[in-house]
Amino acid sequence: MPKTLYDKLWEEHHITTLDSSESLLYIDRQYLHEVTSPQAFEGLSKKGLSPWRLNANIATPDHNVPTERGESFKTENIKDEISKIQVTELDKNCNKFGIKQFDITSINQGIVHVIGPELGYTLPGMTIVCGDSHTSTHGAFGCLAMGIGTSEVEHVLATQTLKVSKLKNMRVKFNGEPQEGVTSKDIVLFLIRTIGTAGGNGHAIEFAGSYIESISMEARMTICNMSIEAGAKVGLIAPDATTFNYVKDHSQLSEEEFEDAMSHWTSLVSDNDASFDKEIEIDISLIKPQVTWGTSPEMVVDFDQEIPNLDFVDGENKRNYELAKKYMGIEENQKVTDLKFDRVFIGSCTNSRIEDLRDAAKVVDGKKVSEDIIEAIVVPGSGLVKEQAESEGLNIIFEKAGFVWRDPGCSMCLGMNPDQLKPYERCASTSNRNFEGRQGNLGRTHLMSPLMAALTAVNGRVVDPS
Amino acid sequence: MKIEGNELIISGVVATIDRDNIDTDQIIPTEYLKSIKKFGFEDYLFDGWRYLDEGKLGISKNDREQNPDFILNQVPYDKATILLTRDNFGCGSSREHAVWALRDFGIKIVIASSFGDIFYNNCFKNGVLPIKLDKNKIEDLFQKMSDNSADLSVSLDSKKIFQNENELYSFDVEENLLERIIYGLDDVDMTLKHKAKILAFEQTRMKNTPWIFSND
Repeated sequence: MPKTLYDKLWEEHHITTLDSSESLLYIDRQYLHEVTSPQAFEGLSKKGLSPWRLNANIATPDHNVPTERGESFKTENIKDEISKIQVTELDKNCNKFGIKQFDITSINQGIVHVIGPELGYTLPGMTIVCGDSHTSTHGAFGCLAMGIGTSEVEHVLATQTLKVSKLKNMRVKFNGEPQEGVTSKDIVLFLIRTIGTAGGNGHAIEFAGSYIESISMEARMTICNMSIEAGAKVGLIAPDATTFNYVKDHSQLSEEEFEDAMSHWTSLVSDNDASFDKEIEIDISLIKPQVTWGTSPEMVVDFDQEIPNLDFVDGENKRNYELAKKYMGIEENQKVTDLKFDRVFIGSCTNSRIEDLRDAAKVVDGKKVSEDIIEAIVVPGSGLVKEQAESEGLNIIFEKAGFVWRDPGCSMCLGMNPDQLKPYERCASTSNRNFEGRQGNLGRTHLMSPLMAALTAVNGRVVDPS
Repeated sequence: MKIEGNELIISGVVATIDRDNIDTDQIIPTEYLKSIKKFGFEDYLFDGWRYLDEGKLGISKNDREQNPDFILNQVPYDKATILLTRDNFGCGSSREHAVWALRDFGIKIVIASSFGDIFYNNCFKNGVLPIKLDKNKIEDLFQKMSDNSADLSVSLDSKKIFQNENELYSFDVEENLLERIIYGLDDVDMTLKHKAKILAFEQTRMKNTPWIFSND
């Protein structure tokens, strides 16, 4: 029977069927960070167990770390006492169990979904888990990668397996050439707008089509990263020459291991006649830059389009839209271009890689951050991204324009570290969630691409990139 | 959970929140994810809607300015054991803290038309039962709950929902998942019964795809 890529990955890792709905899958790699791991380590200790396969695990602190650290910053220098306890706990647990950690002092520290691929720990065909829903990012390499809860983190530590129900198959084909100023962030926001935040529930989404084939690994990671915002905890892309070149540059495999692996990796594609439970095709040539206006990632408009008028919204959405408009401080008949912005955040596991920073720097070069903007920050996703950006002089471009150049971490994507919005501040953000309070109590988030966020910083408003 | 006759029943006050896509950031904001404990999240459930001031980990509800308009601050819903809501409840982040907050508050059942996939899984690890019902039944339940009779009973044996002894609907849930709630089963213990199979699988995988284990 013809199989999808997801079917193949499922079968390759299938140990045994447990009962009517669940199977035991072997997990090749687990990434750990400070927020969702302490209770898992505690559970492991209480049971008197050790990690099943120590080197399957890679850890780094990212959610809590301050992004103004400077030289020789250590865990004990974190000012927020509660954040410090959590990061210290990760240090202690990694030491106690012998887990490889890129700690706060390491050049390799960064957002877990940025450092995994960059350091070559993410390889095609792997099953990858992490106590973080944006683990779907690694699906860009043809991995079966998903976010899990803390009980499951403990389960994977203890058994190297996960109990899972098989998902349904969905395929999204993106065909066509993007317009000027349109990036993979716009494409994935358009998808979420089209199918809704529950559109992919219960499914693994395979992204395919000529557009996907044409884009870089970093752009593919942005799309798989946000499959969770479309409801799918698994997003994946068949590995191809683009993938293999990236892996060759980043992994520590010997030439022999790499050649050996290649013969397997090339089989990781959906068979021609494989059937999908759901299939969508989108002509991307019609898509304009996308910006969210509300408090759910499906509340998206073209940058120059009117935000839905409540008079023309049907029953089910009406209440959601009304609450969202009120929270966001948006009046009837407004466009996103009518709104005045207070802050700009370029970063997060969605958009903090080197290509994102280059995209943003391109439109900032020689310009100044608008006087209306209180602060615009650029937060590279990892120590290595930061180093690369500095070697290209991107930090100089940003700083000359009045941006603040920071140290790596999750930063303003979520309110766990000092980078937060104040009540009612409006932020142009390259992150992935515009939920109420996500960037700080009562803060107002508009998701967009790095290019659009950089332009917003310069103009104080969302503007036409062309 | 108690036994009535021969049936395992969960019953109690139903609190309703009439919104779609309630994400886990609303169920519990990130501030409280700084805790390294697995319990003690009851005061932070729906923090952004439940309080008028900004909270911090460690500050109890008695020292906060409560929002009188929010249902969980109103009698009898402050003792709710069942939560009724709309579509895609628990979407967003994988934080199990969202389920811990519901559990610690006393919520044993969440009824919605659909759930975020990761949240749905997390529920069964913590004794919270997520019940999926069709949208029209959810609408009907919202109507029924607005008539001042905010109590429901749920039978875990017959998988039926009752109001004042009257059967309203049946629901579907995988038997093995339900058993985890009924017996409080621990997944790690259960899986380690398959230790030999896991080891054998791993040995074969090391032979067939050695590059996966190259940094071991």
